[in-house]
Amino acid sequence: MIKTIAEINEKIGKGQAVVVNAEEVIGLVAKKGVARAAREVDVVTTGTFGPMCSSGAYFNLGHSRPRIKVGGGRAYLNDVPVYPGLAAVDIFLGATAIPDDDPRNRIHPGPFNYGGGHVIEELVAGKDVRLVVSAYGTDCYPRKRLETWINIKDLNEAVLFNVRNAYQNYNVAVNLSDKTIYTYMGVLKPKLGNANYCSAGQLSPLLNDPYYKTIGIGTRLFLGGGMGYIAWHGTQHNPDALRSADGVPRRGAGTLAVIGDLKQMSPRWLVGTSMLGYGSTLTVGIGVPIPILSEEILRYTAVKDEDIFAAIVDYSGSYPQMSPDVVGEVSYGELKSGRISLKGKQVPTASLSSYSRAVEIANTLKDWIVKGEFLLTEPVAPLPGVEEGITFKPLKERPIEE
Amino acid sequence: MAISKRVVLHFPSRMVEQPIIYRLVKDYNLVLNILKASVTPKEEGIMVLELSGARADYDGGIRYLQEAGVKIQSLGQDIMRNDARCTHCGACVVICPTGALALDPKSRMVDFNEDKCTACELCVLACPPRAMEVYF
Ligand code: SF4
Ligand code: SF4
Repeated sequence: MIKTIAEINEKIGKGQAVVVNAEEVIGLVAKKGVARAAREVDVVTTGTFGPMCSSGAYFNLGHSRPRIKVGGGRAYLNDVPVYPGLAAVDIFLGATAIPDDDPRNRIHPGPFNYGGGHVIEELVAGKDVRLVVSAYGTDCYPRKRLETWINIKDLNEAVLFNVRNAYQNYNVAVNLSDKTIYTYMGVLKPKLGNANYCSAGQLSPLLNDPYYKTIGIGTRLFLGGGMGYIAWHGTQHNPDALRSADGVPRRGAGTLAVIGDLKQMSPRWLVGTSMLGYGSTLTVGIGVPIPILSEEILRYTAVKDEDIFAAIVDYSGSYPQMSPDVVGEVSYGELKSGRISLKGKQVPTASLSSYSRAVEIANTLKDWIVKGEFLLTEPVAPLPGVEEGITFKPLKERPIEE
Repeated sequence: MAISKRVVLHFPSRMVEQPIIYRLVKDYNLVLNILKASVTPKEEGIMVLELSGARADYDGGIRYLQEAGVKIQSLGQDIMRNDARCTHCGACVVICPTGALALDPKSRMVDFNEDKCTACELCVLACPPRAMEVYF
């Protein structure tokens, strides 16, 4: 049985496509078997909704009268610094940027109440945001100072561009030390007080297509409540990470760089987020459709939490020290039970990624496809796969001699 | 002088159908934010409101409510969840010492059981989207 994306799109156009989410497909395969399910199902939808720090947005502000050149100057949105090193009125705002006068971790743990992620959420919600620019002034761009309210609807472009999202699997964070630590994986209580994980597991996009057989550059997806595209592989994309016999990575592996029109998105799916003692970030909703082109592809989408394993890492020792040690491995089935047993202890688990909202994303995408509002795209190029032999390199430090 | 206060209103059952809230906005110019409302027909209705406006309007509005038979309680320190911000991630369930925040294994949503909450505030900064709010 071989289907093509064009054939599936034809069915979508006629309102005849059969779409299930990546949780429903598990039961379907158990009931009907792979061959029958693969014949019947056209698309499996996935979803994930978690904090994703490598997110950001760029904007074209439009030119002021007289003109000002932001490039080479300084610019702020609601006091959060934006990157001004582009042309005259293009700026980039990163999710983790925080105001210059934020107390940071001066009194540890700092709250990080407001940052780039929150500005993105407010812009998307249609709120006015304060733009402050100082520039050096040129003959063609004479203005040196600008302070104004801006609103997303008045900007020429507002584009979400995330360089690394949708990690294919991730660490489970624990703390072996005897004091509480505050990390990007949440608050970790001492002596294995809790274990925090951050993946939608069986619903997560890249865990349902472990070898990137359908997901590639140009794939259209659900992004922040609107439609976006895969622009590239994400940074730190590491297909050669340790995998199980069924191909599913047991460590952080592939990643996606995604892009989409921020003006179509919604604050329900782009939420400004504060990690106590760590920083500000953005919780991003992503859902990728997987066309069922063959039985093999369907089999991958039927992966269950019980069969997906993640590494447990000590964030008080091996993580900050960049040592490769893991405390153990655990399945998402066990993690989602609320407790795991580790070193003779019952450790409560918590997730940073919302499973119920991931289901909502997968179902929204399903809805769009069933209604014919969302057609699948043919990837224009594949993501780098296992065969590329990519190695994920640490920084090579070389002393700078004066 | 502008003022903003959080109050709990208890409506007797006979009043549930009257346009009380509308009058607060219309006649007293108050801006109101409904933090919580549970109004069931035939029973007492409870509403937690944030009322803001000019001092004189606020006092007038409160007098109107009292005269209409609404019981008013100002809110002591209390923890409330802003349901619009909660993403149901679950990060708080290992932080809350009393089990007031717990994951429903079926729906995979996080339930907040106020009766179990001791207002210890541990969840307030630990919640990534800052959905847990302290009210005085
Ligand atoms: S940590 Fe906050 S957002 Fe997450 S479930 Fe708890 S209250 Fe909701
Ligand atoms: S204030 Fe304390 S008891 Fe109440 S929900 Fe938060 S952590 Fe639990």
